[in-house]
Amino acid sequence: MSIASQLPALQIVVPLLVAPLTVLLRGSGLAWAAATAASAMAFAIAVALTLTALDGATISYDMGGWPAPYGIELRLDAFSALLLLLTTGASTLSLLGARDSIAELMGESREPLFYAAWLVALAGLCGIAITGDAFNVFVFMEISSLATYVLIAAGPDRRALTAAFKYLIMGTVGATFYLIGVGLVYMMTGTLNFADMEARLAEVDEVRPIVVAAGFITIGLALKAAIFPLHVWLPNAYSSAPNLVTVFIAACSTKVALYVLLRFDFFVFHGNLVGHAFQFSSFLAPLAVLGILVGSAVAVVESNVKRLLAYSSVAQLGYILLGASFGDLAGMTAAITLMFNHGLAKGALFMAIAALAMHTRGHTLADLSGAARQMPWTAAALVIAGASLIGIPGTAGFISKWLLLQAALQQGPLGVVAAVAVVAGSLAALAYVWRIIEPLYFGTAEGSTAGGSTAVYTATPPLLLLALWLAAGANVYFGLIPAVPVSLSELAAAELLGHLR
Amino acid sequence: MTVLFGIFLLTLLVVVAIGIVRTGNLFTAVMLTGIFSLLMAANFFVLDAADVALTEAAVGAGISTVLLLGGLALVPGRERNRRRLHGLALGIVSLITLMVVYATFEKPRLGDPSAPVHQHVAPWYLEQTPILVGIPNVVTAVLGTFRGYDTLGEVIVVFTAGIGVLFLLGLPGAIGSRKTEEVQPGNSYLGHHLIPQIVGTLLIPFILLFALYVQFHGEYGPGGGFQAGAIFAAGMILYSLIAGEREALQVITPRVLIGLMASGALLFGGVGIVSMLLGGNFLDYNMLADNPVAGQQWGILIIELGVGITVTGVLLAVYHAFAARGR
Repeated sequence: MSIASQLPALQIVVPLLVAPLTVLLRGSGLAWAAATAASAMAFAIAVALTLTALDGATISYDMGGWPAPYGIELRLDAFSALLLLLTTGASTLSLLGARDSIAELMGESREPLFYAAWLVALAGLCGIAITGDAFNVFVFMEISSLATYVLIAAGPDRRALTAAFKYLIMGTVGATFYLIGVGLVYMMTGTLNFADMEARLAEVDEVRPIVVAAGFITIGLALKAAIFPLHVWLPNAYSSAPNLVTVFIAACSTKVALYVLLRFDFFVFHGNLVGHAFQFSSFLAPLAVLGILVGSAVAVVESNVKRLLAYSSVAQLGYILLGASFGDLAGMTAAITLMFNHGLAKGALFMAIAALAMHTRGHTLADLSGAARQMPWTAAALVIAGASLIGIPGTAGFISKWLLLQAALQQGPLGVVAAVAVVAGSLAALAYVWRIIEPLYFGTAEGSTAGGSTAVYTATPPLLLLALWLAAGANVYFGLIPAVPVSLSELAAAELLGHLR
Repeated sequence: MTVLFGIFLLTLLVVVAIGIVRTGNLFTAVMLTGIFSLLMAANFFVLDAADVALTEAAVGAGISTVLLLGGLALVPGRERNRRRLHGLALGIVSLITLMVVYATFEKPRLGDPSAPVHQHVAPWYLEQTPILVGIPNVVTAVLGTFRGYDTLGEVIVVFTAGIGVLFLLGLPGAIGSRKTEEVQPGNSYLGHHLIPQIVGTLLIPFILLFALYVQFHGEYGPGGGFQAGAIFAAGMILYSLIAGEREALQVITPRVLIGLMASGALLFGGVGIVSMLLGGNFLDYNMLADNPVAGQQWGILIIELGVGITVTGVLLAVYHAFAARGR
């Protein structure tokens, strides 16, 4: 068997098995190097898989050689490829820049455990994105969640422990809901494979358990994906985690939950439950709009930069959901492109904050005062990423916002309301990004008033600066040449909507 | 008869669950969770799921109770800021319960042979296991090979839980700044109680032997790596309760514990890699021997060993992390 046919399995196996190896490593930097290498390898595999998925091909891989539905099937299509690309890319870039700030944060003996947890989280997210089996999703959700709790708990102060614990409780509730739903579907179909489930559900007459299952699965995953109003865990988790962990999880972890949500609802339920697609839209669209408005409004008044960006994520998840709730090709394409582009923009922004925070020692807007003079390159990258978040032409964020607006305007009167919300959210984004940029460029260094914070402006670690600029560059690149994410999104949207009957 | 037992056990289960929520004494709550798990194990057994029952009894009633007690040693024994019943929360929980009940109105009758779960993949497993895998315990075949990838995932979950606890609490001699020498020697917990000490010392060899039996007999009867690992760890925890924390850490040193945690998962994954190198898919045990059935049996034997090693390592490491923190 050629190595190419093994790539879907290797995508998960590489980070999953390098993790235990990492624990055994000792010595400064070794664990970091192993984790970064494994993550980079996973990224390379994701790129290779994306190239096949761009042809519109679907790859199926039988784990253990057992055919589905008896064994577990890995299934790679355009949608999963996009998620894999985002997840492995975010992980690799944040690991690349993580060495110094993580070494500063923890003792040498704890570093291998930290990086092992990181790789486990990466493997878990990749595993969710690539599997074709509903129970396997649960297993890998447990893997990624548990590892993410550890990563968040590694945060610099004791608040991280509370944030991680709250996230743990919420995440467990979400996962349990998902499991209850899968259990109910299994009860009525006797299968766990997504494709098989879809086929067998068509023959089930008693729909009551299935309706309840759809409810449990949708709500459980919405909790994991931090969809408004189930987002309460997110700002604390993002703001208490170590800065580079925030980069990683903000770029991809909620998107992976959203991915499962869309996949389950469209693949399994929409075709089989009468009116489900309509209920899905009419239930989620108002939540999406509220999420956009509330998230943006809080971000406009928040003074802690990481919390500000976290609330902005709540709003951005609203956009994604809004696109998905249109239920047509244009809306779905916009939603999926947004998943990717928001990951790029938010990842780059958090990375810039991470670089700044290595020197300003604080996360309030006042702490950033005048930092652009000492760190012009970092500040410039932050501006680019901020522009992408707002959706200024020339950046990736513009492409997805544009697609979303076009899709909204095709929807008639209600679509206009949606478009107004999108524009309002973007204006708010302009305001809150400006609130970061203003002190950065025009504040005086003396403006930093946080108790005991001694601004130590030294050079940003070169690797972190490199990672930051790669991320910022990606925002510009995919803004000018958006072919890859857009065509992947189109393929994915067509695939999802193809399951409607 | 099954129905009668079922109703009896489930009623007790509800009573115990309410007791856990209502008590303000954390020690009582921990003891009740142990009882909850034991009832659950009995329930699984009534439903003929002996493998699950054994795991639940070993992990739920045994090890988790010990770990919760270890955690309890670090905190005050009573709940602070006990709030009265929270109306909204109670309403939501009741609503969800009603929804689940509503969903079950149209569920197939328990044990109905024409239910979908008994019509699709399950008959295939029952039919094909003797032919393709050649072992009598179908549960082991499903967990070990047909859905072995999920089992690898579960091992990683256990492994991650282990590194999480060690990351947060440290492990003297390996993680964090404390050294093993700083852990107090001997005479801890049960050391000065004569009867537990003598009975425990007598029991330990048998517990360890039983763990090995459960480990290697999984293909024929209920058992396997998860249960065996939990039982083995229970034996070692008993030893550390009798002989003392430091003595136990000298028998299996902290570095060895971490090595066990990692190597079990690596052994499991290694089988997958080897089957890839031999030309099959990941975890395709058919490749491991000339005869596919023999390959399957080798594969299951080795991965179950990996499971057992990781579970033992993690449970012991977690126990020591809590225990060393206590004093």
